[in-house]
Amino acid sequence: MAHVLTRSLDRAATIFVLVVAACGVLIPLSNLLLPAGSALQVPTYLVALWGKYVCYAILALSIDLIWGYCGILSLGHGAFFALGGYAMGMYLMRQIGTRGVYGNPILPDFMVFLNYSKLPWYWHGFDMFWFAALMVLVVPGLLAFCFGWLAFRSRVTGVYLSIITQAMTYALLLAFFRNDFGFGGNNGLTDFKDILGFNVQAEGTRAALFALSCLALILAFLICRAVVSSKLGKVLIAIRDAESRTRFLGYRVESYKLFVFTLSACMAGVAGALYVPQVGIINPSEFAPGNSIEAVIWVAVGGRGTLVGAALGAVVVNYAKTFFTSGVLAPYWLFMLGALFVLVTLLLPKGIIGTFNSWWDQLGSKRPNADSAAREDGVTEPKMAE
Amino acid sequence: MPAIVLALVRGLLLSIALIVATAPAFAASFEESVAKFANDDFSDTDDAVGEIAVSGNPLAFPIISALQDERLMFDAETKKVFVKQADGKIIDAATGAAVDKLPDNAAAVSLNNRLRRSVDAALGGLTLLSPDTNTRLTAAKSVFKSHEEATLPTVESALAKETNRSVKQALAEARAAILLFKSDASEVDKLEAVATIKARGDQEALALLTEISGGDQPANVAKAAASAISSIQGTLAIWSGVQNAWYGLSLGSVLLLAAIGLAITFGVMGVINMAHGEMVMLGAYTTFVVQEVIRTRYPALFDYSLLIAVPLAFLVAGAIGVVIERTIIRFLYGRPLETLLATWGLSLILQQAVRSAFGPTNREVGNPSWMSGAFELGQITITYNRLWILCFTMAVFGILLAMLRYTALGLEMRAVTQNRRMAASMGIATSRVDALTFGLGSGIAGIAGVALSQIDNVSPNLGQSYIIDSFMVVVFGGVGNLWGTLVGAFTLGIANKFLEPVAGAVLGKIAILVLIILFIQKRPRGLFALKGRAVEA
Repeated sequence: MAHVLTRSLDRAATIFVLVVAACGVLIPLSNLLLPAGSALQVPTYLVALWGKYVCYAILALSIDLIWGYCGILSLGHGAFFALGGYAMGMYLMRQIGTRGVYGNPILPDFMVFLNYSKLPWYWHGFDMFWFAALMVLVVPGLLAFCFGWLAFRSRVTGVYLSIITQAMTYALLLAFFRNDFGFGGNNGLTDFKDILGFNVQAEGTRAALFALSCLALILAFLICRAVVSSKLGKVLIAIRDAESRTRFLGYRVESYKLFVFTLSACMAGVAGALYVPQVGIINPSEFAPGNSIEAVIWVAVGGRGTLVGAALGAVVVNYAKTFFTSGVLAPYWLFMLGALFVLVTLLLPKGIIGTFNSWWDQLGSKRPNADSAAREDGVTEPKMAE
Repeated sequence: MPAIVLALVRGLLLSIALIVATAPAFAASFEESVAKFANDDFSDTDDAVGEIAVSGNPLAFPIISALQDERLMFDAETKKVFVKQADGKIIDAATGAAVDKLPDNAAAVSLNNRLRRSVDAALGGLTLLSPDTNTRLTAAKSVFKSHEEATLPTVESALAKETNRSVKQALAEARAAILLFKSDASEVDKLEAVATIKARGDQEALALLTEISGGDQPANVAKAAASAISSIQGTLAIWSGVQNAWYGLSLGSVLLLAAIGLAITFGVMGVINMAHGEMVMLGAYTTFVVQEVIRTRYPALFDYSLLIAVPLAFLVAGAIGVVIERTIIRFLYGRPLETLLATWGLSLILQQAVRSAFGPTNREVGNPSWMSGAFELGQITITYNRLWILCFTMAVFGILLAMLRYTALGLEMRAVTQNRRMAASMGIATSRVDALTFGLGSGIAGIAGVALSQIDNVSPNLGQSYIIDSFMVVVFGGVGNLWGTLVGAFTLGIANKFLEPVAGAVLGKIAILVLIILFIQKRPRGLFALKGRAVEA
């Protein structure tokens, strides 16, 4: 157990937790306490923007957990993210109450507009926060459990799994675009007013949501760390590197995969639930297959199988996206993103953190008291096909 | 005595007067009828329309159509009626003579809804006698739809004169439709009418029969109508099945065309090419460029544009495929998930490149004359472009199969697929074969783009809409097996089209996706799975 928490990774993890915690405390405080226009004050729009990045970082962590440590490349994690978002969106819709355009106390505006006479059965209970919060975990988790139970038991692996997860998110995309599906069709859910009685638009609420997102990121990170550094995590890595061999050794591979896949989907759901109140809208385009693949590339950029790298990659890529798509370089962003996919897979297979760790280890190996175990864990080069 | 004589003489005179009034002098009656419009009284106007419609006078049509458009003017003082023609010229309605200008107090003859109906019916009846066959046919069809009782005499006289078979048929059906709705028609006539309409056997016939069976009809007629309805419904059900099957074949051919190149790169080589859809798109844009050049330089060659575009699209997409294989994919063999990501990035780049070069909007790609239009087969309509695409797909499939089976390259490709190291030790340049195989798959995607440009919007997103479906086809059919791809494409196409009427287009598609996901659980390697040790390789 001790050698699992190797020094270099431990240090990275500590730094990561400290940085996120510092951001989670300092950014909201600076936003709320310092006078507007002060050089150190973080404007509200930036709080919301960075809150979005933090949610993406949680999503990236959830992908890294299954891809980096178990070799499951899911191209459908955007769907779990969006489902969590919809669960939260439904709660926020019910909170609007009579303040909607049509002033109906029970039905959200789009339902009045589409001539619904009563609330569909699956909308019941979403006026209670605890129920919505539970659904944020249960709905993505249940879908992932059923999907994984079917897929892993019949040993659908590798690219086949990737393709059917993509088909899953595509099917959900089509379903949520339908008006009579009961989730607002292509407009999705928006015009939110309150969350737990606080105005969603208010600076204080935004700052609190940001702090909560950071907290969720830290928790998600610690959970992932706990999973991958436990004995269970060792089995997961074994499955990643040699699935058949692990099975022959007597491990029930499908149970391990199912557990980690479901856990990861729940984390993605939480990310989505935190994302929606900060962005103010959830619509079916979140299910687009492209979004899920983009989330995978964040992980690849940051470094697969490093956890810290996944979160870092999500922030870096999304920051670049915001930076480039808002300037004169906007038409070239897709070229850059495309090139990023190609170059990272070709030239930087370990991602930023993985490459950095290799350098660090090389530096360290020249020093006499280096911990030679460092290279064996976490940063082993992922090997997919058998 | 004198009284009797007087009565006789009166009767005789009366009959003579009647004969004089009706038989020889249509002209006089026509003018009188026209003059009735000047009263601007609804019932007089109705009478006038009825009389003019059966007058046979060449002015009848312009007058009644003028009435319909409220261009028929009257002068209440002089009792004269004028037609203001569409081009603004004025003619005297009774004589047809040109008039310089309308009297100052002229007003349009007014209409009400009842009148409008008789005007429509009269116009329908009038065109039944037109010298032009197509006009008569359209008129007969419109009478069938309106089944206005007033047109019955015209329909019958037209039927007696008609020589063209299809017009005669249409007129007979129109007559039958009128008779069915005529309350005082004899039972025999009605039964005959039901039989005529039953023979027509389409949706409209069904609607007509359903409508009359609701009204009160003699028992026999009602019974005949009910049996006709069920027989038509049976026929229609069969035809709609045939229709769905055809749509399914058509969709299947599109899916096959899009997936066939993927079956090579993914199925044979095991390379996940997410940029496959973009190869299809490049093929479609090649067609666009070819057509642009032809339009501006050699307009006469337009009908051959697709024949020119096919080899060009193959070369363009194939060459890009070879470049991709040499520069990216060959470094990623054995790492399928990384290949997936890299090719996805590539697809973003290609899309954006095309968007920069050709703009984000749809580009116009025309159908050559031999691909436009449609023909009817029984009760279904088959468009030429769909039919050609089906033929083209089968041809591409056949050629590809033959190529793999009989050419040296095909042999090498199969050898490398089955056992790369063994093939290499037998002297096959495996990396060259890889590049060519990937080029072949991409080239075929380009060819697919030429065909798809005929039925889909040519936009930078063209490929995106096919990529998921193509993967589904290949995975469903079984990787590494072209026949599996064929069966997979047609199964999915037909299943989709049979689900569509039941569940709606989107739900049908979702159902298919869910079914495939479940199917893959059952048979993880597809319908026609490769067997043996190659599977684990």
